[in-house]
Amino acid sequence: MSSASLDRGFRRSRSRPPGTTPAAGNRRSPLRFWPQYVAVSPFFLIFAAFGLFPLGFSAWLAFHRWDGVNPVTFAGLDQFRFLLEDATFRKAVVNTIIIWIMATVPMLAMSLAIAAMLNAVRRFRTFYQVVLFLPSVTSIVAIAIFFKAIFNNQVGVVNQVLEGIGLPGVEWLNGYWTIKIVLATLMTWQWVGYNAIIYFAGLQAISTEVYEAAKLDGAGALRTFVSITVPLLRPIILFTVVVSTIGGMQTFAEPQVLFGSNASINPNSGGPGQAGLTMVLYFYQQAFNNNNYGYGAAIAYGVFAVIAVFALLNWRLTARSEK
Amino acid sequence: MAAQNTLTVRGQAAGGTPARRNKGVRNSAKWAHLPLVLTTLLLIFPFYWTVVMATNTNADYYLTPPKVVPGTHLLENISSVLTSINFFGSMANTAIVAVSVTVLVLFLDSMAAFAFAKYDFPAKKFLFGLMLAFFMVPAQLSTVPQYITMTHIGWVGTLQALIVPAAANAFGIFWMRQYISTAIPDEILDAAVVDGCGFFRQYVLIVLPVIRPGLAFLGIYTFVAAWNDYVWPLIVLINPDMLTLQVALSQLNATRNTDYAVVMAGALLAIVPLIVVFLLFSKQFVADSVKGAVR
Repeated sequence: MSSASLDRGFRRSRSRPPGTTPAAGNRRSPLRFWPQYVAVSPFFLIFAAFGLFPLGFSAWLAFHRWDGVNPVTFAGLDQFRFLLEDATFRKAVVNTIIIWIMATVPMLAMSLAIAAMLNAVRRFRTFYQVVLFLPSVTSIVAIAIFFKAIFNNQVGVVNQVLEGIGLPGVEWLNGYWTIKIVLATLMTWQWVGYNAIIYFAGLQAISTEVYEAAKLDGAGALRTFVSITVPLLRPIILFTVVVSTIGGMQTFAEPQVLFGSNASINPNSGGPGQAGLTMVLYFYQQAFNNNNYGYGAAIAYGVFAVIAVFALLNWRLTARSEK
Repeated sequence: MAAQNTLTVRGQAAGGTPARRNKGVRNSAKWAHLPLVLTTLLLIFPFYWTVVMATNTNADYYLTPPKVVPGTHLLENISSVLTSINFFGSMANTAIVAVSVTVLVLFLDSMAAFAFAKYDFPAKKFLFGLMLAFFMVPAQLSTVPQYITMTHIGWVGTLQALIVPAAANAFGIFWMRQYISTAIPDEILDAAVVDGCGFFRQYVLIVLPVIRPGLAFLGIYTFVAAWNDYVWPLIVLINPDMLTLQVALSQLNATRNTDYAVVMAGALLAIVPLIVVFLLFSKQFVADSVKGAVR
């Protein structure tokens, strides 16, 4: 998102608001703008109560110990020190990053391929678009329950198909990597079509003249795709990467529902070997299962730091390839 | 994923002049239907399989080879769902929350967006920047204090705990501002001023009628997000009678984890209303999201 596009609205805005006569415009009292302030104030009032105040409170909590019942005690930097040494948190960070990469890279590649196909056909486009959108409007709880059923270790349909073609079944919901594969497949299934539609919109915006020129210069289909389509789609691709990063770093409901009934250990532990324990799931477990509010707040800031690092990385990578 | 629609690239909106475009190099490639149909089948398969499992018995689920056609046990599975969880109660709660949030967001966001798009007032840029910053802060940073706030004002276990915070939707204001600044010509507003219309009359008489397509997209998007919200309701709704559908469904999954037929019947019941709403509005939804993406 360039600053130019953000400013587009401001450019059109007027120096003198409608509804005021030039004579009244001499006085610059903010009170004259009361309708505008009334219009924007609901957001900021709610934002102050349920956004800004909690952020500050969170920061304060991270320096304290509190279980919600007993008196609050000051902890200083203890929670953050513990966070840095916490092997479980480290495991959750690694899990989150692995699942994010396993889900995002194949997903965006497939989305681009689907968008190219959709751009190449002329009939049934609306039908394809509706189907592509369908998974993204389906509830994550229903999807996770479904994936749990088909990837069942013993009788899931995936294993039945594998055994049907003579391959050994896989204990999908037990292994370190297989749990991650199931989660990544789930996320890919839900968002591949949505991203394809976004790419398709970008492809529609590329003018045919560019392709005609490329054809005149003798470029083949692959060359055209690599040298024209991908570079022109760059802003959109980068945007989907950034959004998928922020979404992937906050993965929570997928493992929570997938392993929610595994009550033999903690229901929010992310399954066998904690292979599906993501950062936000760990946060939830500490804050709301263990009532460890202070440490939960510290984890939340840890999650924020990890997201910030990845956002910065994204930004650095794009800034470099811009040259 | 909301932010994807705010993308801005220079170019023509989708579906401009398809006939002319087709005369160029890009003729319809019939072979591309094959992978598209395969993708479509893969994306639809879970819905089909949900129907298969929801209409058979739990014993059928363990058969080898698996059943691949719908059975006849849907009604008894549904009645098991209805006795295991308070399905209609939680669905009513979900509907109340989703409709309230959608109405509030559409009204508050379009009004604020109008002020941001068409007026200059002191501190406007600061306020808009503050809003954008809020948009980018991860939600879980404030989850714990939000929960504590809710316990202090006595909202834990109530639906307003879900409705009021969701009414502050930065994405909605941002998106509507983009829409309004291009969809409403300044000349119309100038004419309205000459006729003596103030801010709110301009909003009601001119802005609202023109931005209906934009509102339709934001409305469906907000409704779907509110309907599917899971984390915050899971935390703040403690009373079993006051759950939303997603939380009730996950509890069905947790308590009846061996009876796949019943769990899948519950999942089916929960997604059908949403799919119906989506299919009813899907043309508008698809068209507007594509427009929003290339705006």
